[in-house]
Amino acid sequence: MRLLTHNMLSSNIKGVTNGFPLGIEVEKVIEKQVDFNPDFLKNMLLKIEWKALVDASRSLGYAELPEEAPESSVIDSDDFLRKLHHALLELHLEEGALVCPQTGRKFPVNKGIPNMLLHEDEV
Amino acid sequence: MKLKQLESLLGDLQQFSNPKVELEQYPTGPHIASRLLYTAENSFGDVSNKVVADFGCGCGTLGAAAALLGAEQVLAFDIDTESLELASENAEELELDINFVQCDISNLVWRGQIVDTVVMNPPFGTRKKGVDMDFLCVALKVASQAVYSLHKTSTRDHVRRAALRDFNASSAEVLCELQFDVPQLYKFHKKKEVNIAVDLWRFVPKRNQGKVL
Ligand SMILES: C[S@@+](CC[C@H](N)C(=O)[O-])C[C@H]1O[C@@H](n2cnc3c(N)ncnc32)[C@H](O)[C@@H]1O
Repeated sequence: MRLLTHNMLSSNIKGVTNGFPLGIEVEKVIEKQVDFNPDFLKNMLLKIEWKALVDASRSLGYAELPEEAPESSVIDSDDFLRKLHHALLELHLEEGALVCPQTGRKFPVNKGIPNMLLHEDEV
Repeated sequence: MKLKQLESLLGDLQQFSNPKVELEQYPTGPHIASRLLYTAENSFGDVSNKVVADFGCGCGTLGAAAALLGAEQVLAFDIDTESLELASENAEELELDINFVQCDISNLVWRGQIVDTVVMNPPFGTRKKGVDMDFLCVALKVASQAVYSLHKTSTRDHVRRAALRDFNASSAEVLCELQFDVPQLYKFHKKKEVNIAVDLWRFVPKRNQGKVL
């Protein structure tokens, strides 16, 4: 599971009002190289929740992203975009869990696939 | 990539071996899947360099087609473990990089509109009433650019009304009418193959960027 996916998913348990961002429990992280596309990344910057991405990348052991959302002057820097690229698209949570921030309920991640299915009493 | 080439690559994908009736698991054939994605890319520019989501990915045909046409990231969702395994084998076979999520589309909660385009062949709602409309409702919430979907032609007026009035679509257009072969997967189908008329739709969502959905 890429952090791109993490940035989009929210806990969907009935009654949960603050389901984003999901916590991360790590068992195994892998890295896969993908092509670098600066225009795509700049466009994604408008859509992602910065803090959630920074925290998630730290959970996966990558601490290179700046704490604060980048200023527009930084956005064009190659160095910054490469870090963003790595955090958003190259890191994968292969085994572990996503954790609902409100209830602590865990959604397992196996073979890189998060399982967001709910039990009957959670719908 | 040419349409013929796309269709032929999709023709090599494995299909459901034990389709589950209650989930309406029939494959989107290579003919329809290639046309859907080819139109989305060549007439509207909704695929290459975009984030594309495939809802109810099944064998993964639509997501694979999006990746083949240059989608930057493809996210594929299904409720069923075996579908996801099949779709990931198919992706591997074609050396495509696809992000899978297991979920019930009807109760998935998303933050914002990271996805540009949704492509889907939802269950037609013949087993579980209204599930086709659930898919459309969610798709129109998460897509920032367009939703492509197949619905039975017999439901055309209903689909248009629901999309425009209830699901916040700013436009709903039938691009073409197709024949969908539902193979004799299920015992209750008396004929070998049931041929039903389906519409290929393109919906445009209204902008609601940044809102938690
Ligand atoms: C008509 S098939 C789609 C076929 C697919 N496009 C392909 O290329 O094979 C419908 C798919 O939706 C899935 N599905 C049914 N209900 C669902 C739900 N509530 N949430 C997510 N997926 C669902 C089924 O498992 C099935 O794979």
